[in-house]
Amino acid sequence: MSNPNTAAKPRKPQGKSLGIRILESWQLYVLLIVPVVITVIYKYIPMYGIQIAFRDYKPNRGFFGSEWVGMEWFERFFTAPTFKRMIVNTIKLSLFSLLWSFPVPIILALAINQLRFKRFKQVTQTVLYAPHFISIMVVCGMLRIFLSPNGGLINLLAGTQVDFMTEPQAFRTIYIASGIWQDAGWGTIIYLATLSAVDPGLYEAAKIDGASMFQRILNIDIPELIPQIVLQLIMAAGGIMSVGFEKVFLLQTELNKATSDVIAVYVYEQGIVNHAYSLSTAVGLFNTVINIILLIVVNKIAKRAADVSFV
Amino acid sequence: MEKKQKTSAGLSDKASDIILVTLCVLILLIVAYPLYYVIVASVSDPYDVYAGKTFFLPSQFTLEGYKAVFANKDLFRGFGNSVLYTVVGTIFSVVMIYITAFPLSRKNLPGRTAISIFFIITMYFGGGLIPTYLVVRDTGLLNNMWALFLPGGVAMGNVIIVRNFFEHNIPSEMMEAAAIDGADDFTTFFRIVVPLSRPIMAVMVVFSMVAFWNDWFTALIYLQKEQYPFPLVLRGILITAEAVQNMTSGMSYAEANRVTELIKFASMIVAAAPMLIIYPFVQKYFEQGFMTGAVKG
Repeated sequence: MSNPNTAAKPRKPQGKSLGIRILESWQLYVLLIVPVVITVIYKYIPMYGIQIAFRDYKPNRGFFGSEWVGMEWFERFFTAPTFKRMIVNTIKLSLFSLLWSFPVPIILALAINQLRFKRFKQVTQTVLYAPHFISIMVVCGMLRIFLSPNGGLINLLAGTQVDFMTEPQAFRTIYIASGIWQDAGWGTIIYLATLSAVDPGLYEAAKIDGASMFQRILNIDIPELIPQIVLQLIMAAGGIMSVGFEKVFLLQTELNKATSDVIAVYVYEQGIVNHAYSLSTAVGLFNTVINIILLIVVNKIAKRAADVSFV
Repeated sequence: MEKKQKTSAGLSDKASDIILVTLCVLILLIVAYPLYYVIVASVSDPYDVYAGKTFFLPSQFTLEGYKAVFANKDLFRGFGNSVLYTVVGTIFSVVMIYITAFPLSRKNLPGRTAISIFFIITMYFGGGLIPTYLVVRDTGLLNNMWALFLPGGVAMGNVIIVRNFFEHNIPSEMMEAAAIDGADDFTTFFRIVVPLSRPIMAVMVVFSMVAFWNDWFTALIYLQKEQYPFPLVLRGILITAEAVQNMTSGMSYAEANRVTELIKFASMIVAAAPMLIIYPFVQKYFEQGFMTGAVKG
């Protein structure tokens, strides 16, 4: 910290040499020691360990002592009997999921923002946020019970006896619909926060001009949201290959694998169940690389189209 | 007042309000009903539930399901494990978020940009499942509770929210005044920043609690059966339909079946209720957190 004589004016740290400034900030560095150490060990060392994707990992020889095998694991993955199915399922599941789920929070936020009774608005938000705080395990438990052929809620309401969990055609709908139920409400927050920044005078002026609620949404709210929507879309696009593994894992049955077999489950099964560490890492890396490419491409397009960019 | 005209193009505000509120009520019903149904089912006779007699109100009210959840050895231990992991994990996580966010919020910290980048990279790149697993194993954390907390590193999304809160919501005059009085960084942190950031701390506590309370996959990979948290014990009952042990002995087949079904509903409520009770208390800060968090990612 600067001494009292110079502190009367706004401080100019640039005036001091770097060495002094580093010494003066020693307490800040002390605070950072533990976070940095943990991040190096559990984030950076695993990144370095990705190289086992190109090696034949043997536990007794470690990350770097194992034999170099080049692209063997990738070839093994590309020629796996279920390779095509996994790629197609992964892309379809997340693409359809994005298409259906993405607009819902925007529409909800536009509606909530127009609610004039404060109390009702608050209750609406509380209820809409609720499913987000429930464990995916409970959500999947509910789904399995509701979709059961013997007395499940859906079958009771429809008067049918369909075993949805064994129907490959039903899997994506179950996954996407429950995803919207659980997270659409939570997704409104970012849009509501953006909308709360709108100058209230704008609404007043629009009202005096006789604009209806629908016109106010169309001409004030939506333009205000566009940059945020593009930003969210870019982020979502970067995650196309990373489907929500946990839910797929919990909703997968032997009989719906034709649509529920995705790359992430393969990574888990090969790695944790079969101990094929190198193969699993290679497949995970393949997935990550595609995600990064998608993120960069979409970011470029968005930058050109709407002058909004993410990084 | 006289000037209040209506356009022919659109509906009057009153009509729009009515449509809007009706729509919202409908959406609320769709969101809330599945939860309501599980609550009703958890205190009803399972045969009536599966016969479709409990759409609105319980049938043959009973609390047996809840008693059975806590009488079951696995579920009870899982509940205890979850409480422990949530308490320790939340304290650890919030402390880490704070001691990372504070230095990064100080503009005079030499190397601030480089340190920020060092942390932010981990939001977008990672080693993936197996390389992380191998490091956890090699650092001796298998079957250790800390395997649930350490591999996550620092929750950077939350750090950014908190850092921005420090930068925008704590008056810089207070920091400067403290500096003039000779306060060092530790004093500023503990005496000014921590007390003045209670709302965002509450949000971080809730976010961390929810994350640890609901987590099961990390435990599945790193821990052994006796250490499983509540949701992972639930997996056996709800997903893989393992026989519910320790309670079926001495019961008739039909009775055991009945209790198993009761446990399904009651245990889901036990798993979901704590977090559903907590989050409304900090709800008013959510928007604020996301707004300051969104100013600059």
